[in-house]
Amino acid sequence: MSELMEIRWHARGGQGAKTASLLLAEAAAMDGKYSQGFPDYGPERMGAPMRGFTRISEEPIHLHCAIYAPEIVIVLDDTLLSAVDVAAGTPEDGVIIVNTVRSAADVRSEMGLKGRSVHTVDATGIAIDEIGRPIPNAPMLGALIRVAELLSLDTVIAQIEKKFSHGFRPEVVEGNVRAIHRAHEEVRGE
Amino acid sequence: MSRRLILTGNDAAAEAMRQIDPDVVAAFPITPQTELMHKFAEHVADGEVKAELVLVESEHSAMSATVGAAAAGARSMTATSANGLALMWEIVYIAASYRLPIVMPVVNRALSGPINIHCDHSDTMGCRDTGWIQLYSENAQEVYDNVIQAIRIAESPEVLLPVMVTFDGFIISHTAEVLEALEDDPVRNWIGEYKPKYTLLDTDNPMTFGPLDLQDYYFEHKRQQMEAMRAAPATVKKIGKLYGEMSGRPYDLIEGYQLEDAELAVVALGSTCGTAKVVIDELRAKGTKAGLLKIRCFRPFPEAEIAAALKGAKAIAVLDRSVSFGAPGGPVHKEIKAALFGSGSSAGLVNYIYGLGGRDISMEHIHEAFADLETVAGEGTPADAIRFLGLRE
Repeated sequence: MSELMEIRWHARGGQGAKTASLLLAEAAAMDGKYSQGFPDYGPERMGAPMRGFTRISEEPIHLHCAIYAPEIVIVLDDTLLSAVDVAAGTPEDGVIIVNTVRSAADVRSEMGLKGRSVHTVDATGIAIDEIGRPIPNAPMLGALIRVAELLSLDTVIAQIEKKFSHGFRPEVVEGNVRAIHRAHEEVRGE
Repeated sequence: MSRRLILTGNDAAAEAMRQIDPDVVAAFPITPQTELMHKFAEHVADGEVKAELVLVESEHSAMSATVGAAAAGARSMTATSANGLALMWEIVYIAASYRLPIVMPVVNRALSGPINIHCDHSDTMGCRDTGWIQLYSENAQEVYDNVIQAIRIAESPEVLLPVMVTFDGFIISHTAEVLEALEDDPVRNWIGEYKPKYTLLDTDNPMTFGPLDLQDYYFEHKRQQMEAMRAAPATVKKIGKLYGEMSGRPYDLIEGYQLEDAELAVVALGSTCGTAKVVIDELRAKGTKAGLLKIRCFRPFPEAEIAAALKGAKAIAVLDRSVSFGAPGGPVHKEIKAALFGSGSSAGLVNYIYGLGGRDISMEHIHEAFADLETVAGEGTPADAIRFLGLRE
């Protein structure tokens, strides 16, 4: 892992990007790393494009600005691909992970993207199957860990269990864990 | 023993408040302070604190109830943001005038209008002359540490003034980050039991708070308030040192980062200081003698310490996250200018207004200020010394 890893989440309000950006930071902290997780609060409307941010480092993090050049971009809603420049600022070897039923090649061609690695997974489909609700944030964490190996899957799952067990029924927590495992297996890229 | 936690700035403030366990907390919700009081209310509901939580109908009432409780001898706290602080203004001034050691986290947010829920310092800068001590926090760690220290600063007999602990709305209040928190017992022992010297409820020694005070004594009472403020810097320093002995994290009135031999200096408050430190690391790696002066204690303003810290600078950029309409520059800029006057400094001085209403300040913006300073160092204070960062024109 490079000195400072910056991850930007693109989603629509209600898809759980705020939770995911903070949850990943919390899992990294559990792993002994330094981290930040924060959303880009806009008008807070359900369905409006929003962003979340996660920083992870072995060293204390002093930056308190938005993330402009993320190593990793996670897109929770593929309708954003035509609405927002999700790849903005990513380096040539950056990673883009999209929640979609489409293939990575298809997404790459729509975005007109050269370089970078593109990965896709049907996180919404997995969420509907396993959790019963179309909230793709947890499975996208599973896909992220598969692609980027920032943390161990066990650490992320332990943090999800800890965080979700306060507000959700056990079957919802278990559904989220199954969804993470499936997305971890099913993510495909190029 | 310390505990490594990951908390938002709001939760860090609530964690400090849980450990302090004040006698009375009166509060009214306002974004971005709301989650702080949600968390503290959870601690109350879960029986983790004995505090009496008074849910009032406005911020004016929140500060009024806090003043009443403090005058009665209770360790009292509240918290607010922006328009909430503006609404309680009348009583904010009264709290300091009664010499009540209230501690209030203020989550910095732009004042309306137009309505904006995001960070700037217009709220706390607006009440910089109300007689409260103001401590600005860079990150969640400092929020936690400052809230705990504020209790002892406020209650010190030579001070007896209320303290605002400020932190940037959303940027700090809603960002989860790693901090070290202390165990409960060391914190509780360190702040100690509150034993007020004067209280309304001490019937053996009857006291009056806030009577009519006309031409005969009002002036002398204001003079006494000035004396309390004059005593405060030594207390803030002493308590910062004692806190360091307990926690390993000492605090001072100001913090210099790479400032000792700096030729180009940026002055800032709050979360921007963290981003500036990273920019300075980049500039230093290229051989530029860049440095930061972070002001932690803005009230009282540590004039002599600041003048001494900036002594070697050839060019200084003061970053202001608020406007003082009609004044020659932002509030921080004016104070720095005054501190340098007569100090022998011949540094060129520029002021940048930035980040109003939550406009992000990136590393690029701070690089821009340092690039300007290269010119200012050679040519002195420019004619257009009031500038902007990140503004569309």
